[in-house]
Amino acid sequence: MVIEPRETVSVWRAGMAPVWAILASLIICAVLISWAGASIPTAYSLLFKGAFGSAFAINETLTRSIPLIFTGLAVSVAFRAKFYNIGAEGQLYAGALAATFFGTGLVTLPPALMVPFLVIMGALAGGALLIVPVLLKTHLKVDEVVTTLLLNFVVLLMVGYLIEGPWKDPASLGWPQAASIIDEGVLPTLLAKGRLHFGLIIALFMAVIIWLMMRFTVQGYEIRAVGHNAKAAEFSGINVNRTVIMTAMISGGLAGIAGVSETAGLKGYLTLDLSPGFGYTGIAVAMLAQLNPLAVVPAAIFLSAVYVGADAMSRAVNIPTYIADVLVGVSILAVLCSVMLSQYRIRWRA
Amino acid sequence: MSKPPVLEFRGVTKRFGTLTANDNVSLTLQQGEVLALLGENGAGKTTLMNILFGHYQADEGDILVDGDVLASGSTQAAINAGIGMVHQHFTLADNLTVLENITLGTESLWSWRQDQAGSRRKLAAMISDYGLVVDPDAMVSDLSVGERQRVEILKALYRDARILILDEPTAVLTPQESERLFATLQSITAKGLAIIFISHKLHEILAVSNRIAVLRRGAIVGTLETASSKREQLAQLMVGRTVTRPKLSAIEPGELVLDISNVSTAGTGATELKAIDLTLHQHEIVGIAGVAGNGQGTLADILSGLRKDFSGNVQLNGQMLDAGNPRAIVASGVGRIPEDRHARGVVAAMDIWENLISEDIRSDEICSAGFIISGSRARARAEKQIEEFDVRCKGPDAETKLLSGGNMQKLILARALSNTPSFILANQPVRGLDEGAIAYVQEQLLEARKRGAAILLISEDLDELMTLTDRIAVMSHGMLSSALPTGERSIGEIGLMMAGHADQGHGDQGHANMGSPANGH
Repeated sequence: MVIEPRETVSVWRAGMAPVWAILASLIICAVLISWAGASIPTAYSLLFKGAFGSAFAINETLTRSIPLIFTGLAVSVAFRAKFYNIGAEGQLYAGALAATFFGTGLVTLPPALMVPFLVIMGALAGGALLIVPVLLKTHLKVDEVVTTLLLNFVVLLMVGYLIEGPWKDPASLGWPQAASIIDEGVLPTLLAKGRLHFGLIIALFMAVIIWLMMRFTVQGYEIRAVGHNAKAAEFSGINVNRTVIMTAMISGGLAGIAGVSETAGLKGYLTLDLSPGFGYTGIAVAMLAQLNPLAVVPAAIFLSAVYVGADAMSRAVNIPTYIADVLVGVSILAVLCSVMLSQYRIRWRA
Repeated sequence: MSKPPVLEFRGVTKRFGTLTANDNVSLTLQQGEVLALLGENGAGKTTLMNILFGHYQADEGDILVDGDVLASGSTQAAINAGIGMVHQHFTLADNLTVLENITLGTESLWSWRQDQAGSRRKLAAMISDYGLVVDPDAMVSDLSVGERQRVEILKALYRDARILILDEPTAVLTPQESERLFATLQSITAKGLAIIFISHKLHEILAVSNRIAVLRRGAIVGTLETASSKREQLAQLMVGRTVTRPKLSAIEPGELVLDISNVSTAGTGATELKAIDLTLHQHEIVGIAGVAGNGQGTLADILSGLRKDFSGNVQLNGQMLDAGNPRAIVASGVGRIPEDRHARGVVAAMDIWENLISEDIRSDEICSAGFIISGSRARARAEKQIEEFDVRCKGPDAETKLLSGGNMQKLILARALSNTPSFILANQPVRGLDEGAIAYVQEQLLEARKRGAAILLISEDLDELMTLTDRIAVMSHGMLSSALPTGERSIGEIGLMMAGHADQGHGDQGHANMGSPANGH
């Protein structure tokens, strides 16, 4: 078997790569579904119906995609500069902590100011969590994968301590949860029915902003140049360290907003199960979107649909919901393979 | 002939998509001869050797060793058949001794102890047989470049190579070291081995080979006996037309442009500068000769704005250089051509227009409101530059990585020269380019000189320096000689100075080989 680079890669071929990957992962998971004893068409149609089959399902899918858009954006910006931020999960919780700290009575502003205020505080908290890892990377060349990943656990333990102890809501009947966000700080719902909230608007807005920044601004140019070739970027006068630090702040900030959105938009208060790994799934979202900020939106909705649909499917045909995790995992591997195949061709030895 | 040739290529063809890298190549190599493979960069020399070594598979044709077909696509088969390669970039482990490097990978994984005495005897015999003098117990990190190359050759011979392939072996050597290599090659062929010598330098090929095969655009365009070939004829065959490299015309130097005085960097290594002085004037090209890794890169980094940790003064047009600030340096009238196009010169994954704005992206010309890139103005300027510097591409929105080496260099020239800099730093500006592109780059430098620019030309190619500069200084071990008018020192004298012999009368203080840092262990 010989792998050779393709001379040219058409936009079509590159754009279709994730689609082929998703198809491939559906086929691979079909094997697992039939192994579990269910009918493949039934299972997939249940999965689709569970995600998009009713107004309620669509509402749930979109609601669940909101944090994934934020964390997907966070990861895609960071990876563009080759800053491998694996800590979106921790930054999400840092944002949630900020929302809880400022949003449960410490500050009271009219809603039109209170919501932006919480969003900004959450972004700052998410960014702040990356200050140490990014400075360790730029100044001491400490691998950011390790530091950002490990900080996730530090933050989670911190959240656990706070909601079991000093921040525990006395009105929570003993449940480990923080006090509720005051009414002024709660993100409004978008529809009369369902849980879909204003966070979606912020998420879509951020996706467009980040896309504009990456494409049309000096900062976006510098992030891309540093990511593609740091030595050439340095030669042309870009301050590589400053660019990496700025990228980390943007990335941490976006993940922090996910925490605000989940706390003040969906749950209303901080708990330890605020995020079932949105930070890690954000990496999958970013890979599926090939780091394109606009593509992050459909990628997040797709993965959200897989999770929401798999819940419904497992209830109906008795397949464990873990099939959703398998499907997501397989689709990431398939994306990596199909992106490679869009740039290289495999020739079998004659 | 009764005896088959040791190595034979029979109609070897290799295509990459629409590009034919090797087109029906047929070649024979006889025992005891040096066959030179001459061709420009991109002519297909490397592809051919990669096929021989099984890195690529030929689409058509066969390779025969001693009359037997060599299994294609197998590196092991090539090594077992007695083919040894000496790469341009050495493949030695710095932290091992010469002996360890040479025996590395030849010993069984399953034996308890190494047969050190046996391999030592074999190596000693080879050293005396071929005159490849090197200390078996020296650490590779302590060796000079010339010595490292000898280790590479010994490594191939130790594996019982009968066919030795040398890829651009003189690129890193001083003229004297090259002479010594040629003598070694003669003694190797005298023992019945055969050598393929890959190069694009005509005078070397004429000095060392028995026969010459000329490769152009993937095809053999001629096989000649060295004794009856002429330089002009070879050049014509290699390039396919007569290309004349530009020559200097006499111009009186003007005012002082660049004044480097007493510049040093911390440390004692060969790449650290030691009290360097140099002045450049308008209408002047000053060359810096030297073997790579003797401080040229450090000087280039300082002048490019990549380093500011140095002592001493650098003045540009009477102003202190804004050290460590590439954009300010460019804005003050410096054009920079970096040594390595791919690593430093361009961001290959970005578009052509994006690479053309990289040095002045924050200027008012390109940038609106302080942070928004004006794509229309940037593309309009890029289109002008592409036309002016003849960059062959589909347009400003084409990907930079699709450009050929020559066109990539033209892109860098366009970026560096468009705003008529008063000082141009050209670090190896023609390395790896084909003849047409070389002539183009050199003409552009001469054009800039005529206009009044001062140009510092760092090059390892002495022929280039001799024809293209007004004055030459030699760099060795971080020290820079005085810059004397070109022609006052012979190539031989410059070669000795490159090897570390001091200028004028201090003859015996230097080392015969450069390298061997003085911080002995």
